[in-house]
Amino acid sequence: MRYPIIIVCSVCLAVFALGSVQPALHQETTDAVGPRPLEKSTETAVVRDYVQAWQSLSVALEQNRADLLDQNFVGAAKERLAGTIREQAALGIQTRYRDSAHDVRLAFYSPEGLSIQLVDTVDYDVQIVDHERLLTLQHVRARYIAVLTPTEERWKVRFFQAAPE
Amino acid sequence: MRSKFSLVSLGLVLAAAHVALAQNGSLHLPSAVEAGSAFSIQTVGSGNAVLYIVGPGQVLRRDVQLGEKTSFASGELRNAGHYTALIVGDSFTGNGTFDVIAANLPATMSFLAKPSRLSVDLHDGISGVAYVFDSYQNLILAPAQVLFQLSGVAGGAQSRTVLTHNGVAWTRMNSASKEGAAQFMARAGTVTATRVIQQVPGNPCTLRITAHPSGQRLVVQTDPVRDCAGNAVPDGTIVTFTETYNGGEATVDVPLKRGFAQTELPSHDGARISVATGVVMGNEIRWGK
Repeated sequence: MRYPIIIVCSVCLAVFALGSVQPALHQETTDAVGPRPLEKSTETAVVRDYVQAWQSLSVALEQNRADLLDQNFVGAAKERLAGTIREQAALGIQTRYRDSAHDVRLAFYSPEGLSIQLVDTVDYDVQIVDHERLLTLQHVRARYIAVLTPTEERWKVRFFQAAPE
Repeated sequence: MRSKFSLVSLGLVLAAAHVALAQNGSLHLPSAVEAGSAFSIQTVGSGNAVLYIVGPGQVLRRDVQLGEKTSFASGELRNAGHYTALIVGDSFTGNGTFDVIAANLPATMSFLAKPSRLSVDLHDGISGVAYVFDSYQNLILAPAQVLFQLSGVAGGAQSRTVLTHNGVAWTRMNSASKEGAAQFMARAGTVTATRVIQQVPGNPCTLRITAHPSGQRLVVQTDPVRDCAGNAVPDGTIVTFTETYNGGEATVDVPLKRGFAQTELPSHDGARISVATGVVMGNEIRWGK
């Protein structure tokens, strides 16, 4: 009886530690979001890059390395997350965010195609580590609003904010 | 085996109850706090503890005395988001979550107007998108009115009031019938952002030429070239003159200069001279016999 529990716990810990499991993704399909028609390829790219941004966020906040945000964040979102990393580093804190599920809805595609807004109900676990001492593991379900803008390589998150459900 | 399992289960139940007690009893969190406003968190118990407030947008850590109210000053927690609060005391740990929401008073705006230059008289040719933020650069998610106004050229100003949805409002406007710079303004509360839209003449609408002899040659000249709204087409626009005679053909491309295009062509009796610019054909002249 004890072995299965140990195995399950070990798997859970390994998954959390490695963060290698792709989060479940549910996406509301749509062909028009506001003033501009949305191509399927654009929709796919935006959602893919947004979910990747969560991976960057997770690693950057865990390692307190703002440079890891560069690939997926830009502008206000990057500055804000970098500010959090500075605060964490000054306090000796690390946070581990592990997103397990996203329910994404594209909400607005601007007429000139330079910004796209999405609403994501995301499930994630958060761990707080103070001077390498693990303090808590909490499961969170929250609604996030993100605004992404196109860059040379990919869509990057320019704005990122949780909102009450 | 069974008794061991029961003990483990009891331990888990007690631990769960302990956390629930901590969440409900030792940490009284507000359900929501306005970004940048002062607030407090009440704890119960006694002794020293550390209070953490953690979110992707901000992190705070505070040494607290259990049983006392912990106050956060105005401006201390300023970034909107979903936060985890954790209190770690000598004998227990408690946690919970709460939201920090943007203030409803617009303080800044991100206003994108496109294009910066376009032809006159285009229906829905200009678009404006406004994202509205509070004083801490949080997106204001509560609906807010945004007034869009396009003015500064002949004719009345166009204005539209749009409610934001998830912090964003957008509109489309027509370009004016007269060329010139227009002011495209967006206003939310007391915050205003303005962009300049340059409206330029459209394509030539009609084209008419006249010709007169000059020695052995013909001088061919257009009337002033205008778009369909009467605006002078910009200098530099190419006008093509074509002369056909006795099976031959001569073509000359001439840029508009001060609103006209002029050229000299060989004078042949029976020649036909035509003119075109862009997709517009002008009149045709038959010279001589």
